[in-house]
Amino acid sequence: MSTRRLAAEQPEHFAFSPENLHWAKGQIAKFPDGRQASAVIPLLWRAQEQEGWVSKPAIETISHMLDMPEIRVLEVATFYFMFKLAPVGSVAHFEICGTTPCMLCGSEELVEVCKRRISPKPFAVSADGKFSWEEVECLGACSNAPMIQIGKDYYEDLDAARFEALLDGMAAWSEGRGEKPRPGSAKGRFASEPLGGLTSLYDQQGGNAENASVALATGASPEPRAIPGGVAVMERAQRLLSEGEEPAPDSDRPQGIERPTDGGDDLKRIKGVGPQLEALLNDLGYYTFAQIAGWSRDNVRWVDQHLAGFRGRIDRDDWVAQAKALAAATSLKS
Amino acid sequence: MLQDSDRIFQNLYGMADRSLAGAKSRGCWDGTAALIQRGHDAIIEEIKESGLRGRGGAGFPTGLKWSFMPKEVKDRPHYLVVNADESEPGTCKDREIMRHDPHTLIEGCLIASFAMRANACYIYIRGEYIREREALQVAIDEAYDAGLLGKNAAGSGWDFDLYLTHGAGAYICGEETALIESLEGKKGMPRLKPPFPAGVGLYGCPSTVNNVESIAVVPTILRRGASWFKSFGRPNNAGTKLFAVSGHVEKPCVVEEAMSITLKELIDKHCGGVRGGWGNLKAVIPGGSSVQCLPKAICDETIMDFDYLREQKSGLGTAAVIVMDQSTDVVKAIWRLAKFYKHESCGQCTPCREGTGWMMRVMDRLVRGDAEIEEIDMLYDVSKQVEGHTICALGDAAAWPIQGLIRHFRDEIEDRIKAKKAGRVSASVAAE
Repeated sequence: MSTRRLAAEQPEHFAFSPENLHWAKGQIAKFPDGRQASAVIPLLWRAQEQEGWVSKPAIETISHMLDMPEIRVLEVATFYFMFKLAPVGSVAHFEICGTTPCMLCGSEELVEVCKRRISPKPFAVSADGKFSWEEVECLGACSNAPMIQIGKDYYEDLDAARFEALLDGMAAWSEGRGEKPRPGSAKGRFASEPLGGLTSLYDQQGGNAENASVALATGASPEPRAIPGGVAVMERAQRLLSEGEEPAPDSDRPQGIERPTDGGDDLKRIKGVGPQLEALLNDLGYYTFAQIAGWSRDNVRWVDQHLAGFRGRIDRDDWVAQAKALAAATSLKS
Repeated sequence: MLQDSDRIFQNLYGMADRSLAGAKSRGCWDGTAALIQRGHDAIIEEIKESGLRGRGGAGFPTGLKWSFMPKEVKDRPHYLVVNADESEPGTCKDREIMRHDPHTLIEGCLIASFAMRANACYIYIRGEYIREREALQVAIDEAYDAGLLGKNAAGSGWDFDLYLTHGAGAYICGEETALIESLEGKKGMPRLKPPFPAGVGLYGCPSTVNNVESIAVVPTILRRGASWFKSFGRPNNAGTKLFAVSGHVEKPCVVEEAMSITLKELIDKHCGGVRGGWGNLKAVIPGGSSVQCLPKAICDETIMDFDYLREQKSGLGTAAVIVMDQSTDVVKAIWRLAKFYKHESCGQCTPCREGTGWMMRVMDRLVRGDAEIEEIDMLYDVSKQVEGHTICALGDAAAWPIQGLIRHFRDEIEDRIKAKKAGRVSASVAAE
């Protein structure tokens, strides 16, 4: 057990960005009606990702969003160790795994490096405000020990020298020199296989450049959707997203057409439109790039409100601009 | 040695195609509807017959656990909750399933939920596994797009929704009732049992909490049959198992092997041996931090399964093997675990809240030799008073590693205390 309290200095105000608010409603929609409190950890976490730490106004805002007493959200924020209750380094907060498997492999050396180069005490932000560190309990990557977490990513198979190089890399990246250091194994392992050669699963080699975690960190892999799948989720999300929102008048509805004899354009060529969205659009009477290319802002708002489970996607992927380009390309061909 | 063709997790390291198409090429989602059409009870019977024991640490028979769920859905819906809060020090196997072979888990969730008449399943993943969460959610999105989840999932006639949610860094949420509390948006404090989750679980509804690996092996067991699964390991210890080896081996790794493999074969075959050779081995924690360590003399003979390790007063736990060579300060290694349990105690029960801190402080002095010999027995006594006197097993888990240390390495603790008092090392240590 540890005693964890809110920081003495607190900001005046907290609000989720529009994108995060949209995402938050998708999280709430995962849980049955009346069980919205279940989303408290994901929402607090998103608040921390947005602001760098969890402030009192964030706790209050989330308690109102979830219709929970503030004390219940405060309890959660102080119980779970991943919530930072005071600001941390603006560039990176180094979380050094120090539990026995990592300790056996040298995590104490990494802590010494932190003390020397960042600050003598954990949670104290470095002089330039960029870095801070703490020792955390087992992060669950023990076959790649010693390892640390920075933000979303695991940096594995470290030692003092490799960790110093990582610190240098982070500092350089923060000054615009060089790429952000690549997460994953510092010894060149792919994932958690034995270093230097497989002892099983010999046939599976060679298909991928990176393991799943590194591929997500470097943008080589698709990201999850803001609103997860599921009929119940989509219905609840639709309702949550339209709460407190003026419904667009039907006069804003873009003109639909009957299904063309050739089936219309392949709307899936618009990035972000999959089979489900294409079917939804077809149901509303939209079959061609030219139709979508002609939507006004009011039209977009109307259609957006009628895309259950996919709210915000038209603007996120800029369908109108994409459709214009695709329509132009198609007309050139014909 | 286990053949590659008999490994359930064909993409454990994520080197091959991780997408749905890749998973299908390895046999996932093949005839799922037909498996489901066997019926609720037939699936549970097959899992019982296979001898699958829970992979999350306690080793309770999975099929039996499923059979505790009500046979009919009445006024309350049923839930499957997947425990992906992998936090037991040494354990890093579910991580590989979720990020690299996620469709084994997703398909398992559908089949297991159907068997227990649940139309919804929540996967609760530890908060630190952020990339793993993203990878798993991408796979879930893919499964929805392909009609494998949702209404009439995979054409089985069963409506099924799968949701992924997460914690935020509390080891205690790996305890099933604490996990349920956390999933309901509260502090992760374990509930008193009974009632058990199968009667009153998530949102007060009948629920079953299973480990990731337990669920992810289900589709393969059904496809290849209980007798295939049972052909690995000794009786009552059936199947293949993911082992996570860490610490002082040449090449630490996660690997799938047959149950009841000897510890020596596991380490020599897959991990390049103990650092400095088998003779340089000092101790092994065979099943994650909560089980007692074993000295080399026992390790020489050790078989990695539930029953053998239980006989040694240790346990298979999560099959997380932590290896320590002769250079290790084993007292300090166990002290670090005591510190871990002190940090992670939820504070609900007094013996655990006070006991974990007390044991850590005494361990701290034992590391330095700054103690009396009698305190070793006192520490053992106190650990026995924490054990069994708390709502959940965290108190037990905090006591066992210390008891194991005293059982097997008492000499080393005593030597250190004597050396500190005398200002020099004792003859037995100096002779080495």
